[in-house]
Amino acid sequence: MITKDEVEHVGWLARIEIDEQDADTYAAHLNTVLEYFGQLDEVDTENVDPTYHVADVVNVFREDVVTESLTQEEALENTQSKQDGHFKAPKIM
Amino acid sequence: MSKAKWMSISEVRESIAASSSEEVTSSYLDTISKSKINGYVTINEGAIARAQDIDNDKLGEGHDGVLAGVPIAIKDNISTKGIQTTCSSKILQGYVPPYNAHVIERLLDAGAVILGKTNMDEFAMGTSTESSHYGTTLNPWNLERVPGGSSGGSAAVVAASEAPISLGSDTGGSVRCPAAFCGVVGIKPTYGGISRYGLISYANSLEQIGPIATNVSDIATIMDVIGGHDPRDSTSIKQEIAYRDSLVDDVSGLKIGVPDEYFAEGIDEGVEKTVWAAIQKFEDMGATWEKVSMPHTKYALPAYYVIAMSEASSNLARFDGTRYGHVEQGENWHVMASRTRAKGFGEEVKRRILLGTYALSAVYHDKYYLKALKVRTLVKQDFDKALSNVDVLMAPTMPTPAFKIGEKIEDPLALYLTDVNTVPINLAGVPSISMPCGLVDGLPVGLQIIGKHFDESTIMRAAYSFEQNTDHLAKRPAGVE
Repeated sequence: MITKDEVEHVGWLARIEIDEQDADTYAAHLNTVLEYFGQLDEVDTENVDPTYHVADVVNVFREDVVTESLTQEEALENTQSKQDGHFKAPKIM
Repeated sequence: MSKAKWMSISEVRESIAASSSEEVTSSYLDTISKSKINGYVTINEGAIARAQDIDNDKLGEGHDGVLAGVPIAIKDNISTKGIQTTCSSKILQGYVPPYNAHVIERLLDAGAVILGKTNMDEFAMGTSTESSHYGTTLNPWNLERVPGGSSGGSAAVVAASEAPISLGSDTGGSVRCPAAFCGVVGIKPTYGGISRYGLISYANSLEQIGPIATNVSDIATIMDVIGGHDPRDSTSIKQEIAYRDSLVDDVSGLKIGVPDEYFAEGIDEGVEKTVWAAIQKFEDMGATWEKVSMPHTKYALPAYYVIAMSEASSNLARFDGTRYGHVEQGENWHVMASRTRAKGFGEEVKRRILLGTYALSAVYHDKYYLKALKVRTLVKQDFDKALSNVDVLMAPTMPTPAFKIGEKIEDPLALYLTDVNTVPINLAGVPSISMPCGLVDGLPVGLQIIGKHFDESTIMRAAYSFEQNTDHLAKRPAGVE
C-alpha cells in the first residue's frame, strides 16, 4: 500500500506538486494499479533474463565528424526565458 | 470544388492530375472546417502554399514524387518544423518544433502536403483520446463513442474522409486500436523498422510510428516512403523491405495460428464471431489454421504498464518549463518545475509518471521494473515459439467495439484492461496490422494479423488478400459530412 506521505514524496522526486487533498485521490488510484501489478508475483522468473530492448543492437557507433545541427537561435526559439544565448532558469539552490 | 470521398492515394493523384494539389488540398481543408469530430488540434496554415509549390513543380531534386501533392494528417506527437506540436498536452501548448522528424522529412521528400496535426490521448497515454487537453475526438461511426486511442484523431479523420492517409504511433496498440474502432487499416511495424527521430518519446523501447489508411495498398505505399534505416535513431535497424511487392492476392498454404488467450474472458460475443468468420474466410481462400497457446499473455498487460510508466517517468522529465512550453512561476527551479508540471500535465499523465517513478525507486525497482522486464522475456518467448510453427497469428485487435465516451475514463484500470490484445505485440517488438473484418451493431471490428520480426511482407500479403476477397474495407460511416 502506498501512503499519502509516499505519494507526496514520489511527487517531489518526479517534480510534480501535489496538494494534500489530491494526495488522497492519487493514493487511491495508485493503489488500485499497484495491486493489479502484484499479479506479476505469480510468474516464476527464476533464471529468466530481463529484456530491456527487443532490437538486437549493441553499441551503435558513427564516425566522429561534424554534421549540421540546430543553431543556437533555433534551439532557443521556444523558451520564455533566455539571456546572452542561453536558457535562463530560476536559481536551483 | 467537390471531391470523391475516401479516395485512395492513387485516386487522390488522379484527382490532382485532373485539377491540382491546391484544389484537392483545399477541398480536404473545407471538409475539415465543417467537421463534427474534433480530429485535428492544429491545421497547417502553410498547406495551400505547399500544394501550390508542388503544382508549380518547385520541389528540389531527388524526390520520388510517390506522394506528390497528396494531403496527409500527422499525429501531434511527431515533430513538424514550423507547425505547432503539442502531444495534445497543455504543457506543450505553443511549442513549434525547429526541426522535422525523420518520417516527416521522408514524406516531404516524396511530395506530401501536411494538412494538420491530429488529436490524441495526452502524450499517447490512453485508449480513447479522452485524455486530450483539446477535447475528445468523436468516432465517425457513432458520435457518442470514442474513436479509440491514442492515435484517435489520426484514425477518425481518415474514417471521416478529412484526410486520405495519416500517421499515428503505437506504444501498446495506439495505431491498431483506433484503426479497429474507426473501421480503417493501421500497422504497427517491427520495432526498429521506422526511425523514431523526432517522435516525442513516451515509452521508447515499445513504440513505433505507423501509417493509417482506408486500404492496404496505401499502407504499403507509405511504408515504402517512411521505412528503413536512419542513423539518428540508434534503435533503427538496417533492413530493406519492398512493402508494395508484398501486395499479392494469394494465401494458399499460409499457416495461421490462433491464440486461445486472445479470445479470453470479457471478449464481446459479436467480436469473437466476426473474427472467427474472418479466419474461416482465410481457410476458404486456401490458408490453414491451428490453435496455438501463448501462456504468458495474461501477464503481458501488467508488465507492459510497469515498463511503459517507468520509461515515461524518465522521458517526460524534460518538460520542466525551461526550454519550451507552459511555465508557472516559483521562487526556485524546483518549485517552478513542480508547479509547471502540476498545471501542465493532465491527470493520467501525472498518474503514470508517479507510478513509473515509484516503480523505478530503489526499494521497488526489483519488485516491479526488473520483474516486468523478465516477464517481457517470457512474453517474447511465447511469440518466438508460436511463430516458429505458423506464418502469422490472427486475433481480435480489441475485445469489444468502440465504447461510449465517458464510460471508462473515470476508472484508469478498466481502461488499461482494454489493451489486453495489443500490448503483448509491443513487448515482443513484432509487426501487426489491424484491418476491418465486419460490423457489430453498426460498429467496426478489427482483425489483427501478427507476424515475425521484419516479416511485414507476409502480414501485408494476408491483409491484401483479405481485402481483395471481401467487402469489409468498402464499408464507410454514414452521416459524416
